[in-house]
Parts: sequence; structure tokens; C-alpha cells
Amino acid sequence: MVLGSTEAANVAGAIDALARRDGGRLLSNLVGAIRDFQLAEDSLQDALESALIHWTRNGLPHSPAAWIMQAAKRKAIDRLRRSANFRAKSAEITHLIQMENESVEDETEEPIRDERLKLIFTCCHPALEKKTRVALTLRSVCGLTTEEIADAFLDSHEAMAQRLVRARHKITKSGIAYEVPAPDGWNERLESVLAVIYLIFNEGYASSSAEHIRRELCEEAIRLGRLLAALRPDEPEIEGLVALMLLHHARRSARLGNEGEILSLEDQDRNLWDRQEISEGGTLLEKALLRGRPGPYQLQAAIIAIHAESPSFRETDWHQIVLIYRTLCGIADNPVFELNRIVALSYAEGPETALARLQPIAHILGQYQPFHAVAADLYARTGHVAEAKLAYRLAHDLSQTEAEKLFFDKKLRLLT
Amino acid sequence: MKYMALIYTDPATMTPPDSPDFGKMMAGYQIANETYRRDGVYVTGDALQPSTTATTVRVRNGKTESMDGPFAETKEQLGGFYILDCANLDDAIRYAALIPGAANGAVEVRPIMVFDR
Repeated sequence: MVLGSTEAANVAGAIDALARRDGGRLLSNLVGAIRDFQLAEDSLQDALESALIHWTRNGLPHSPAAWIMQAAKRKAIDRLRRSANFRAKSAEITHLIQMENESVEDETEEPIRDERLKLIFTCCHPALEKKTRVALTLRSVCGLTTEEIADAFLDSHEAMAQRLVRARHKITKSGIAYEVPAPDGWNERLESVLAVIYLIFNEGYASSSAEHIRRELCEEAIRLGRLLAALRPDEPEIEGLVALMLLHHARRSARLGNEGEILSLEDQDRNLWDRQEISEGGTLLEKALLRGRPGPYQLQAAIIAIHAESPSFRETDWHQIVLIYRTLCGIADNPVFELNRIVALSYAEGPETALARLQPIAHILGQYQPFHAVAADLYARTGHVAEAKLAYRLAHDLSQTEAEKLFFDKKLRLLT
Repeated sequence: MKYMALIYTDPATMTPPDSPDFGKMMAGYQIANETYRRDGVYVTGDALQPSTTATTVRVRNGKTESMDGPFAETKEQLGGFYILDCANLDDAIRYAALIPGAANGAVEVRPIMVFDR
């Protein structure tokens, strides 16, 4: 009996690992075959549960992924047969049974078609709410459990499950095509996909939860970015985004101080930066830039690369950074880029010049914590202590994590 | 797949018929109509009289009751609609974006329910 339960635990572990590694590939194929997102998801879950029973009894099959695939298709037929509107579904059932009959008895030799690119574009469709896109991508493409996603976004498990179910139904009912977008819609749809990946990364980079850095979310986003780059090579903005994330992530060990407060670039110990990731990000960025189609992610990565490769804060090439920000602000209308350009300007041309540029974006970024942090820093560097204190307090009150609050507490202490 | 595009506009910001922009707006509808017909997606479409002409009908205990209104309190009112037969949601969105009402109001796109036989 003891042996049996260890075996069951091993099998359960193997199934979890398979769901995590191959879940996206299996689901992408199933959605293509079944044409119903929710049914595909439910059938895959059924198959994974059934695997636990069968594999504990007989051991792992020759090709576990192919076994799951075939089991999931049969579960789908079963679910359709049992559904209330059985007669209406008869066309789908016929289609599935036909597919089942055509498949060779031993599917293990047949490779499972990888349709994850379709799946990614479907999960990141702009007709879905932003948070829903993020959650659905993490669930369906990355294979995270609903509970893990709920915890990452501080939602109840029930609410997250509901959100995912609603999203899958909307995809099927509203006719969101399960396909890679055609050239005329490509740029817009790709933008949405890249935004979702970067949102996942940012949630890990500066988390809204108590813990400031959520490493696993950053790594998930990088994994997703790499997958997208592999599925769709020659797209420089995908490479640019992966490079950007790698270059940011390389600094993770240096970003928090002894008391858990965030450290600015100036105060980070550059010896703690991950040189291997920096070099990988830099190489990828070069490859992207050589394609001659620059975009916002490549330019942001180029700026972070300058920081990453600079031996010290003092030796940073601020003029180069200002130039890149100018290009970036020219192609992307985003006040946050303008704010960052002002920071670079304060080192290239002095804090007075920078301070004068801050006013025009004040009304747009009034609720944005980094705006007040930048304002405070510029006031402090130009000798306006009272204004600096006020701005630091505003920034402190807009902070969402302890690490940020500690940072501003320290700044306020240093000012007096 | 058939989609209904419901056109919501705010009467306060609607283009008045005597303004020079009115012609431009009507030309926009003309272009939309021609595109729908050319691409074979047009099923039907019409504009509605303002919501001040609306009558609500209810049947309660087998008796028909009617009432003026609702004179929508919300700023944006249903002003017209199209039914378009498109391949997928992306196409439906692309066609809906041609409706001039989308530029100053909003167009809601919803798939038409197909009942199981």
C-alpha cells in the first residue's frame, strides 16, 4: 500500500509536469479540433484526471502527451453526448467520431500539431478585457492553475474561475476567429499580444501585492516571450520585448536593499547584475535592430541595455539615452516615456532644464507615483527642499508596496 | 456569422442637419453602405426616430399596457442599427468602425443568436 501511494504521487507529479509543459500545446490542438474553447478545456481536465487513474494502475504510457490528446477527444465526445442539446450537437459529434476513426490506433507516432500561436492570439484578442487576456493566457498557454492566477492577482479563486469561463464562452459565441491574424490586422493584434506579455512581466517586476518582486511571474513572461519568438521568428518587436524583459530581470538581485526597500539604479550594486542575462538580452536586441524595423520595445530595450552595460551610474551615456527617448516619444504617444526622458535629460543637461519640462505632463500623470518621485528628486537636486518633501510624501501615499514606501521614507529622512 | 451593430449616439452632440458636417456624415454612411454591399456582408440596416417617439409595451395578466418612453436618461441612445454577415469578430469590428456613429458615439457589436434546431 505504501508503495502504491508513492507511485500514485509520482504519477500525479508526472501529470502536473506534463500539464505544465505540454498543456498549451495540447489545448491549442484541441481547440482547433473541437472549435469550442470551454469544451476543449473541460475535456483536457477530464483526460488529466482519467490519466491519474489509468497510469497509477498500468504505469505511464509510451507517449503520455498523445495518450492525453486521444483521451481528451473521447471525453469531448462523451460530454457532447451527455449535453442537454444533444441533437443540436450531433454535427459536432459526427465530426469528432470521424476524426477518431481516421486516427491510427496508436497515435504515439503522430506528432501533435502545435497551434499555440493561434491560441496566443485568441487569448490576447483586443475584444477581451485586459485582465481577462492576461489571466486566460496564463491559464491556457502557460498552463498555470486557476488558483495560481487568482493568487497572483489577489482575486478569489471563484471569481477568477468565473472570469475564465466567461472569456472562453465569449470567444466561441462572439466568433473570435481561431487563427493567426492576416497581414492587415497583424500589427494591431501583435501589439495586444506583446502588451499582455509585458503586463505579466510588470506584475512580477513591481507587483501590486505585498511582495515587491514576483520572480515567477517575470520568468513566466520571459518564457512566453521566448515561445512567441520561436513560433514567429523574424519579428523584431517580439525579440525586442524578450530582450527588454531579460535586461530588466537581470537586475533582480540588486533591486532591493537590506531593509527590503527598493534601490534606484544609482544605488544598486552592479556586481549583483546577472551578466549572462544581460549579454543574452544584448545579443537578442542587436539581432532585432539589424532587421531595420525599430519599435517601442526595441527602443526601450536599447535604453536599458545602455544602463546594463555601463560600468557605473556616473559613466552612463545619458546623451545617447536622451536621443533614444526622443525617437521613442516620436513613435509612441505615452506620457510615461516622456517622464523617463525628463529623467535622462536631468543627467544630460541638468535638473533645472528637466524640471521645466515636467509641468506639461503633470495633469496626465497626477495619480502616477513615479511622476511625484521624479518631481521630488528634481526639486531636491535643485535645492527646493520643501517642494521635494511634499512630492516625496505624495509618492509615498501613492505607493502600493512596502518596498516603495520604505524607499520614500528613506528619501524623506535624508532630506532633513 | 451574423452580427448586429447597434449605433449609440448622444443627441446633444449629434450633427445637426443644417450644418456643413451633416453632409460629411451622410457621405460616411453612404461609403459604409457601399462597402457592405460590395463585400457581400450587408443584411439590413436602418436609422431610428429619436427616443422621444418611443413607446414601451408590456403584457401583464394577459392585458396589454403601453406607455410613452423610455426617454432614455443616459446620454447615448440607440439611433440605428445594421445587421452584417461576417466571417468573424475581427471582420465585424472592422466593418462597424466604418459607421460614422462610431466616431462620435459608440457602436456595440453583438453576434445574433442561432437557436439549436
